[in-house]
Amino acid sequence: MEQLIASLADGLLLGFVYGLAAMGLTLIFGVMDVINLAHGPIIALGMFAMFFLSGAIGVGLNPYLALVIIAILGLLFGFCIYFVAVHRVLNAPHLSSLLATFSVNMMIIGVGTAVFTTTPRNMDFSIGSISLGPVTLLGTRLVAALIAVLVAALLYLFLYRTQPGKAIRAVSNNRSAAELMGIPSTQTLALSFGIGSMLASIAGGLIATFFSFTILSGGVYELKSFVIVVLGGLGNPTGALLGGLILGGLEGIVPVFMPVSWVPVIEFVLFVIILMVRPKGLMGGGR
Amino acid sequence: MKRLFLFVMLLALIFTAVQCGGAAPAPVQEKAKEAAADVKEAAEGAADQAKEAVDQAQETVKEAAADAQQAAEETAADVKEAVEEAVATEEPAATEEPAAEAAMTGEETVVTIGYTASKTGAQEVPSRGQTHGLELWLEQVNQDGVTLADGTVVKFQAVTYDDESAKERVQSLYTTLVEQDGANFLISPYSSGLTDAAAVIAETYSKIMITTGAASDETYQKGLTLVYQLYTPASRYLTGAIDLLGSLNPDAKKIAFVYENAKFSTDVVDAAQKYAESKGYEVVLSEGYDSETTDFAPFINKIAAAEPDAVMGGGHFNDGSTFARQLHEKQTSVEFLALLVAPPELDFAELGDAALGVVGPSQWEPQANYTPEAAEAAGVEWYGPTVADFVSAYEAKFGEEPAYHAAGGYASGLVLQQAIETAGSTEPAAVQAALDGMNLMTFYGTVKFNTTPESHGLQEAHEMVYVQWQKDDGGNLVKQVVWPVEGQSAEPIYPLAQVP
Repeated sequence: MEQLIASLADGLLLGFVYGLAAMGLTLIFGVMDVINLAHGPIIALGMFAMFFLSGAIGVGLNPYLALVIIAILGLLFGFCIYFVAVHRVLNAPHLSSLLATFSVNMMIIGVGTAVFTTTPRNMDFSIGSISLGPVTLLGTRLVAALIAVLVAALLYLFLYRTQPGKAIRAVSNNRSAAELMGIPSTQTLALSFGIGSMLASIAGGLIATFFSFTILSGGVYELKSFVIVVLGGLGNPTGALLGGLILGGLEGIVPVFMPVSWVPVIEFVLFVIILMVRPKGLMGGGR
Repeated sequence: MKRLFLFVMLLALIFTAVQCGGAAPAPVQEKAKEAAADVKEAAEGAADQAKEAVDQAQETVKEAAADAQQAAEETAADVKEAVEEAVATEEPAATEEPAAEAAMTGEETVVTIGYTASKTGAQEVPSRGQTHGLELWLEQVNQDGVTLADGTVVKFQAVTYDDESAKERVQSLYTTLVEQDGANFLISPYSSGLTDAAAVIAETYSKIMITTGAASDETYQKGLTLVYQLYTPASRYLTGAIDLLGSLNPDAKKIAFVYENAKFSTDVVDAAQKYAESKGYEVVLSEGYDSETTDFAPFINKIAAAEPDAVMGGGHFNDGSTFARQLHEKQTSVEFLALLVAPPELDFAELGDAALGVVGPSQWEPQANYTPEAAEAAGVEWYGPTVADFVSAYEAKFGEEPAYHAAGGYASGLVLQQAIETAGSTEPAAVQAALDGMNLMTFYGTVKFNTTPESHGLQEAHEMVYVQWQKDDGGNLVKQVVWPVEGQSAEPIYPLAQVP
């Protein structure tokens, strides 16, 4: 029982960060019907940004301060990707946007492998831990979970309480109608893509504070994001956070009863079952 | 717009091609093969001609010797000098085709050693040490070269590629080494998995391969005949740690094994588990983790629940050090922790307090007690530099103390050197016979290969030592040898005080 609680707590804390990464993916899909295959590498770039801003050989910033810079960089990088690769293929068949983002994915991985190599990096960062009975929570993971919740709340406020946020939702609902109402759709779409990639890079930065990583590490979280997005409902950011928690919880519970290597099997079985039984996700689609 | 999109796609394609383009495309290899065959033919022709010329020259010298021996000797010396000068000016051409030259006695011939190193990827740290060791050997052996029976001086050159720690790359790179770079002898990459892949290529092309950094037993049980192992096999890696535990705490009963799902570590743990059970220990947890694992929390929670007296396992450097660090961060109560590969590396000290008390099996340590006297006492031949000479030369060249991977890298070259010297030839069959008959002590320890068909090439004589990270008086982390008792440089710390 103690093991279950300890394991579940570890899993849930990670779940928040998974959810954050998935929110980026689902936001982009919800607004512009684009499955961003460059999501994983953007997460990995977030990790490297963290490494160079506050790692042992980096500038030496506080990691949580560095997160603000990473967020801004992620936003700008998202704009770049949008205008270079996505904007032109928005109205083309789905395969075009899939290939375009996949190309971006390959480019980042190619350049990243050449520049950073695939040698694992480590932040070597610790802020202690908190013990509650049988459960020892690592400070870095606890703070990461809190930041993930904070960012999710800010995203919610942004989407529902601000003008640009409302514009994003309007474009997501019906782009033509939104354009007729005078909403500049190109800017709005670029902003959504930027925010999506910002969320991914923040998640990457947070993960870097407790796990080692290479330029290829983003792939794992991209796959998890797909499962989460399907769990929470395609295009539904709040659903993504819930999906993340479910996935994290699973990662906590499954190892108690069977070998850890079974975790991905269970996760993807769940993925297929949800697709078959409830393709709109547990919380329904975002639109 | 369409054009721009196409351009982006083209770029992506190029990247994909670069990513996948580890091996040269087949047609290129074909061409290279043809070219190599042509060169070989030409070289053989040249060799024959050279041999005839030498035979004639020898006859003339013999006649001259009958007349006036002393005068002839002087002439021969002059001739030798002149030829040496001539060869020196032609060196670049000479290095390309040792076969043509080897026929000319008293000359210099260059033997090409091929190997891959993991300059990037998960095996970077130990592979770097191994390569450094080999580079040092190369530098030292080339000062005088190896003199063969017929007076030929053998010098060595190395050709190497980055295998990116990836098994897929190893086979194509070793093929390139043999086919295109004309490697005469091969040294293994680092790690059992990569070596297992490379060994097949060595055997296919009938090249002798000295393996270092590869402990897995299985590679040598496939009927290979040209692959020789320097490391103590995996089956003997953790048995000493179990003995150490027994000597520290006779009451310890429960062991948990958490290990990397890779060839080497599963071999080690399989053997260690059997050994532990034969000694009356209970294995309370035995679980493998994926090589790319970054989150050990699920395993640590399982360990905490199983409450073992000792945790053993690990795999390679990165996973092992991450595992040790997360165990420490989670403040898990572990009294004895033995991990593979990572602890003997100096970089392990970067973990700080998490490294304290961690035990690791090591193939060699600078404190090792291998001397010419010890060789005499054991009745085996001594060869090569002393431990102190190796350590100081290594420190002078690379500015750090050598870890066992470096010693293994140096020893791989040294063993090949000794075999060529004993064989008096660079002919593969002669060198193979010398390796089969080898029973040697070097600074690295004893070396003797199994020659039975079932496990040909398996290391039989070399022994492990066990290190533990401890703090010296100044509070700095230092590596101490704690097992076997004869080699102890410090008392082991037990139990580990991981709980504050």
